[in-house]
Amino acid sequence: MSFWEYLGNRHQQLLTDAYQHASAVFQCMVVATLIGVLIGIVTYRSDWAGSLATVTTSTILTIPSLAMIGLLIPMVGLGVPPTVIALTLYGLLPIVRNSIVGLRGVDPSLVDAARGIGMSRLMRLMRVELPLAWPPILTGIRVSTQMLMGIAAIAAYASGPGLGNEIFRGIGSLGSKNALNQVLAGTLGIIVLALLFDAAYVLIGRLTIPRGIRA
Amino acid sequence: MPEATHGATIELENLSKRYPGNPGPAVDNVNMEIKAGELVIFVGPSGCGKSTTLKMINRLIEPTGGRIRINGEDVTDIDPVKLRRKVGYAIQSAGLFPHMTVAQNIALVPKMIGWPKARIKARVEELLDLVGLDPGEFRARYPRQLSGGQQQRVGVARALAADPPVLLMDEPFGAVDPITRDHLQDELIRLQHELHKTIVFVTHDFDEAIKLGDRIAVLRERSHIAQFDTPEAILTNPADDFVSGFVGAGAALKRLNLTRVRDVEITDYPNVTLDDPLQEIFNRLRGSGTDEILLLDKRGRPYKWLRRGDLMRARGSLARAGTLVSDTVTRDATLRDALEAVLTDNAGRVPVTGRRGEYEGVVDMETLMNSVHELLEADRLEALEAQHELEDLRAAQTHAEQEGPGGVTKA
Repeated sequence: MSFWEYLGNRHQQLLTDAYQHASAVFQCMVVATLIGVLIGIVTYRSDWAGSLATVTTSTILTIPSLAMIGLLIPMVGLGVPPTVIALTLYGLLPIVRNSIVGLRGVDPSLVDAARGIGMSRLMRLMRVELPLAWPPILTGIRVSTQMLMGIAAIAAYASGPGLGNEIFRGIGSLGSKNALNQVLAGTLGIIVLALLFDAAYVLIGRLTIPRGIRA
Repeated sequence: MPEATHGATIELENLSKRYPGNPGPAVDNVNMEIKAGELVIFVGPSGCGKSTTLKMINRLIEPTGGRIRINGEDVTDIDPVKLRRKVGYAIQSAGLFPHMTVAQNIALVPKMIGWPKARIKARVEELLDLVGLDPGEFRARYPRQLSGGQQQRVGVARALAADPPVLLMDEPFGAVDPITRDHLQDELIRLQHELHKTIVFVTHDFDEAIKLGDRIAVLRERSHIAQFDTPEAILTNPADDFVSGFVGAGAALKRLNLTRVRDVEITDYPNVTLDDPLQEIFNRLRGSGTDEILLLDKRGRPYKWLRRGDLMRARGSLARAGTLVSDTVTRDATLRDALEAVLTDNAGRVPVTGRRGEYEGVVDMETLMNSVHELLEADRLEALEAQHELEDLRAAQTHAEQEGPGGVTKA
């Protein structure tokens, strides 16, 4: 069976996997973004707290993904929970780091001006600091998403959702006539998804970054 | 539009700031009374605490001692956010938020204090007009699409947005080029004539201080007030070596910055307009007793100097006769500008023009010299008088002290 025939025969299954893959990554990204930006806001004003947050999240990233999922299975079981937890944790580093860098990079004279005209702490954050730090934060989110696309494939190891299943099935049946097709379909699928997400981020950037600070 | 809020008094009483870990205070016991509607300049070398003192007025820096009263109300312990919404604040390089448009930047404070939308919109237009920017053109622009001078204007507009009685300006014109700075200073003078806010303005440029200030506080280290007086008094009668060192050389020349052309006598000069027939121009020139006449264009603006000889050679057409008027000054120009113009003019006189550039008169070397002499003489007399008063006051105080408390106690 050629690769194209394979795609034709299995498109139903592939689309379902792709959809689940995308949906898992998307949902984990939303959670990681909320947590990551929050960590950034809480820690950016102190040197040691900022370093602690960056070091912690980068330590998480050094744990091999297979090992992380393996470790999570005895704690939370198989399927969706270990996938979501692992992806969210991995997604944190770029977001936390870029949030801290972005918030610290806001011109102090602007913060001074914001205080001077009578903005409260919360207003300063919402109206001045976060909007100005948004471009680097969005970059962090984008990097995170690309990373999670690949890592999400490992989730199949814990019977998680997504295109990883296709890849693992192929690897499991190496030598059979569809093995290569399966691995190829899974991998290409992930690449296409990653490109689609990236395009979406470009659009989000156009829509959410104010014209006054767009590069 | 409702009447604008005029200035409020500001009183600083024993105002101090100590930073932990530093043995001496950064600002030590500042006492100052600023009258309503006054433009007061804090001037001093860098690091003297002038900026710190300013920032304590809106409590961007919390004082560690002393009181601040605005219009009699003690604001030392009220919510700083509330205080700052009543006190305009403009800083160096404007501090505009780059992600907001000009209109959004200006609207910030009115929005925070809950003005209705329509009122904010009208206010933004009014303010842009006030600072000399066309609302239609600039409303929707982002700060990076403006020049430095325009940004600074918007910065001032934002500070004035909610019509605060007090305006604090921290080296606002420090980051723009000298020509723009000059324009902005003139604008501020014009604004203050209209608005009568109480303005506290920090600068390290003494010439700026002289040009703008109703009164100048010369500060030395730890914000000790070396002298707090009118520019005239500081120039003619500096309190000590520190002040005279800061005034620098050329006090008499700087004095010229304080007087404007409208304050001195301008002379009328024989003039004709382009529409007058040539014969009439001849007659006027002959009748005037001078050998030069000023030719005005159709809108009454100075156009050319015509000499007798020019007319002889003109032969019926004035198109190529005479020398073009190279420079004019307005009634609002300082005597220094006028002197500059007179010195560069090859015949030593320069036309004075009104608002739309129309002819009003002429100043020349002689009138300028006379006015300057009169001015300096008057200053000297005033300074002497002030000195006498001070001596009398001191004598009275010593007298009272010698008499002992018995004479003055009321208890």
